Amino acid sequence: MAKVLMKGNEAIALAAIKGGVDAFYGYPITPQNEVPEYLSKHLLANGKVFLQSESEVSAINMVYGAAGAGARVMTSSSSPGIALKQEGISYIAAAELPCLIVSVMRGGPGLGGIQPSQADYYQATRGGGNGDYSLIVYAPETIQEMVDTIKESFDIADYYRNPVMVLVDGLIGQMMESVDFDKPVKERFLPEKDWATTGTANHPGRRNVANSLEIDPVALEQKNIRLQEKYKLIKKNETRYEMVNFEEEPEYVIVAYGTMARICRSAIEMLAKDGINVGMIRPISILPFPDEAFDEIPKKAKGILCAELSMGQMLDDVLISNNGRHKVGFFGRSGGMVPDPEEIVDAIKNFSERVVK
Amino acid sequence: MAETTVKYEKTKGLTDKPLSYCPGCTHGIVHKLVGEALVDLDILDKAIGVASVGCSVFSYEFFNCDAQQAPHGRACAEATGIKRVLPDNIVFTYQGDGDLASIGIAETIHAANRGENITVIFVNNAIYGMTGGQMAPTSLKGQKTTTSQDGRDTDWTGNPIKISEMLATIEGVAYIERVSVHDPKHYLKAKKAIKKAFQYQKEKKGFTLIEVVSTCPVNWGMKPVDAMKWLSKEMIPVFPLGVYKDKGDNHES
Ligand SMILES: Cc1ncc(C[n+]2csc(CCOP(=O)(O)OP(=O)(O)O)c2C)c(N)n1
Ligand code: SF4
Ligand SMILES: [Mg+2]
Repeated sequence: MAKVLMKGNEAIALAAIKGGVDAFYGYPITPQNEVPEYLSKHLLANGKVFLQSESEVSAINMVYGAAGAGARVMTSSSSPGIALKQEGISYIAAAELPCLIVSVMRGGPGLGGIQPSQADYYQATRGGGNGDYSLIVYAPETIQEMVDTIKESFDIADYYRNPVMVLVDGLIGQMMESVDFDKPVKERFLPEKDWATTGTANHPGRRNVANSLEIDPVALEQKNIRLQEKYKLIKKNETRYEMVNFEEEPEYVIVAYGTMARICRSAIEMLAKDGINVGMIRPISILPFPDEAFDEIPKKAKGILCAELSMGQMLDDVLISNNGRHKVGFFGRSGGMVPDPEEIVDAIKNFSERVVK
Repeated sequence: MAETTVKYEKTKGLTDKPLSYCPGCTHGIVHKLVGEALVDLDILDKAIGVASVGCSVFSYEFFNCDAQQAPHGRACAEATGIKRVLPDNIVFTYQGDGDLASIGIAETIHAANRGENITVIFVNNAIYGMTGGQMAPTSLKGQKTTTSQDGRDTDWTGNPIKISEMLATIEGVAYIERVSVHDPKHYLKAKKAIKKAFQYQKEKKGFTLIEVVSTCPVNWGMKPVDAMKWLSKEMIPVFPLGVYKDKGDNHES
């Protein structure tokens, strides 16, 4: 298939189909409604499952059931809806089941607004579900990158038996870009899902159980230790980031993801014209966070600017990764306000005013 | 040497794991009936049980088939997720009254409304057993629980909620019966009802639910025999037994 011009949310849906999704369960919420709308048409027409649930709580538990039964399954939602899914996400992670959760962020807190935002970084990376679990979270910058990531997400989820979240903001969901849907994904050896609850007729002599209950504290601690080993392996293998403009030693380094990274690219070009060389670390996986990228920041760099469409959430990870080596500044807009590149240019030029104490 | 004849065998529908229920609790009897129905209908190896959160949380270890363990109240959603991708399997939930009638009522009503082809085994003991005997939405007027110590005040907390009656109004429901296992006569009726519910699922008739009025001698503060008597005398008048809906061939719904 040649490149096609497509709206972000519809591209999410088509990418999921290309990734082999068997079932979608979800509940309507702006600004992601084109995802279920597109899937309702195309999944049912192809003998797959699309079901609109009575709530996000129900949707994520339908995902749990289908994932346990061995299907490639996904849901998508936005901020308040993802909030409701957190309990189920914790159970799915605990039962070590694969699934894809797409989160199209809008402004918060509470009902907030429907304009694009990155205010759910904490929600995605820290989660609101209980316990020591971890997702794999990708935050792509372009529709092409989002499509490639979604297609691969199903394999990644299956490989690690872990839920994957793809996190974008409403701007990426609503804008149009030309995309190639047929770029090959990385080959992975994916073992048979011999753990799936498909009835013992399919696996005689063994009962398969999808479960997160472990009443014995010794066993539960062992399980947590094993999960941490898995998360370490994921960090080693699946951490993704892009280093922008690091060919010559940058004076400043911006850290930004998704839509904010797009804006910062323009700002970096403008700053170059003014003779200020600025690089960017663009996390593609925000969980695991690419802390290794911070080792490549030159010693002489004057500072790191963390830029977000929120009030300072990724900033925590930037501060941890920087580990006191450089001054760290923060630039953030929120509520659906999207800055011009000039505002980033200004933040770099007046970096001292931005420094986080 | 005298010959031994086998008069009774534990059903193959249950595993050998010792049940975790208190002595005299009816959960165990209901387990046996479910296990037997799965064996009798030859669907055990196609069955996927969904355990809920309550005293029956470990039911995934007791039913001798595949299983999933759902978050509190979400069993019908989880069962829906399974059934939609595996429509030819047999999917059932096993839920208490706190789980189904309180925190999970939305999931239950909507699964019923979609005519989800699953079977719900609903164990109504009018109390939150697992958490130590708090008031449930099914608790009787005046019933003493740890959170209604002077007896349930229905002006303040509402009246016992009647799930079978409510769900019977829903189009997608194929079969609903309220049964009890407090004596052999009722036990046999319950056995028939549970088997019929699974039979209907096998025939893809739609949503089936069997409500079993049950005891919790421990949290009711009664001896098992007295609990059975209390069930018969106090609970059944509030939760009358019988068929609430039947879309079967020989019945008008
Ligand atoms: C989200 C959530 N809230 C509360 C609980 C605590 N909890 C566990 S079991 C239960 C009530 C169970 O009562 P019921 O469903 O009637 O089952 P029974 O034990 O009586 O058989 C509650 C409230 C929980 N596990 N999860
Ligand atoms: S607490 Fe009540 S419901 Fe739970 S096992 Fe004991 S008797 Fe049965
Ligand atoms: Mg109960």
